[in-house]
Amino acid sequence: MTALIPIGIFAALGAVSGIALTVASKVFEVKEDKRIAEIGDTLPQANCGGCGYSGCADYAAAVVEKGAACNLCRPGGDAAAAKIAQIMGQEAQDVIELTAFVRCAGDCNSTEHKYIYDGIQSCAASNRYYSGSKLCTSGCLGYGDCVSACPNGAIQIKDRIAKVDQKKCIGCGLCATACPNKIISIRPATQVYEVYCVSRSNAKETRAVCPNGCVACRMCEKACPSGAIKVENNHAVIDYDLCTGCGECAKACRFGVIKEVR
Amino acid sequence: MSYIMIIVSCVFVNNIVLSQFMGICPFLGVSKQVKSSVGMGAAVIFVMVCATAVTYPIYLLLERFEITYLRTIAFILVIALFVQLVEMILKKKLPPLYRALGVYLPLITTNCAVLGVTIGNIDNDYTFTQSLTNAFGTGAAFTLALVLFSGVRARIEDCDFPETFKGVPATMIAAAIVSLSFMGFSGII
Repeated sequence: MTALIPIGIFAALGAVSGIALTVASKVFEVKEDKRIAEIGDTLPQANCGGCGYSGCADYAAAVVEKGAACNLCRPGGDAAAAKIAQIMGQEAQDVIELTAFVRCAGDCNSTEHKYIYDGIQSCAASNRYYSGSKLCTSGCLGYGDCVSACPNGAIQIKDRIAKVDQKKCIGCGLCATACPNKIISIRPATQVYEVYCVSRSNAKETRAVCPNGCVACRMCEKACPSGAIKVENNHAVIDYDLCTGCGECAKACRFGVIKEVR
Repeated sequence: MSYIMIIVSCVFVNNIVLSQFMGICPFLGVSKQVKSSVGMGAAVIFVMVCATAVTYPIYLLLERFEITYLRTIAFILVIALFVQLVEMILKKKLPPLYRALGVYLPLITTNCAVLGVTIGNIDNDYTFTQSLTNAFGTGAAFTLALVLFSGVRARIEDCDFPETFKGVPATMIAAAIVSLSFMGFSGII
């Protein structure tokens, strides 16, 4: 009997609160576009921020209210993009998949070490000592900060140089942030040709430390029919938006710096 | 105890955040801008006063049936109700503030400052009007702490700290110093 009183009081309390909230939710109802909730349901709720908005809910609202593109969700892939396009009544577009690429070919067979580094095995740490142990100061440091940053195990250090497994890479960009020399680019997965060097030194200095370095001869620039490749800061850079993947630059490069990505 | 004494006591001497260390989470979370800290303070004042107005009679009811050991759960129920109400009202009337407060608004539900006020009213044997005064004063104290600290944080943003102290550590140290300054009020009443 004594247990019934508290149960009764709390049941009444709960009922009153419930009724009050129901009434309030009717009075203060905010009309939201139904499509926002629908899009929210199709998104994977990973809240990765890869689309450029702060979380899935924000992206769903941006699609409806600000007209953001339907194909920005990479974890959701083409399936999510197609569904969002359907909800918005637009034509479906495939998701532009991105992958990481290490713009360096200075492995242990090409560039020498100027000292034996025996400290903490991290790129950021070794970079403090005379810009890393390799002779080339712009390239891959080879201590695997990107390897530990990768959530998917897509990067391996082979011959003291980082190599991205293009099939495993999800294009999150965490490795690009972790790299102290910022040599990892996040590029469309369809991109075939890449420049394997980011040396900022002039031709003589670059060739002195690495036989695989870009000498900025501009042969690729002349060969490119679509004007997608430009020499900046003593190395060639591909504009992914303009590149058609014809491969003329790779043929024109006499030093084998521009190659197909495998 | 006169009403003025209650207000002075809870705003300065026993400041809920800076002397009793309750409600630290929104204190650090929402104090980035003066504007959102004022909005948060107003929401907390509303919840505290309303929750006190309802929990006081509920406590009398619980006392009547000698089940006061259930006060915590009853109080949290009432607080949650009012937080939900505030959330709905803000979403409807002030969407920018609703977005600025973000997750900290529903977190008022689990803010120990609100529960602390309602239980403190009972423990101090306040009358109904004294309880309401205490609730309002404590809410005002929370707002004062938040606004003061958002001013301090605006200064911190411009300072050139050593790399190690940037961000959260600098904020924590500043919070400790602001709290220290409120120790000057202790023992006045």
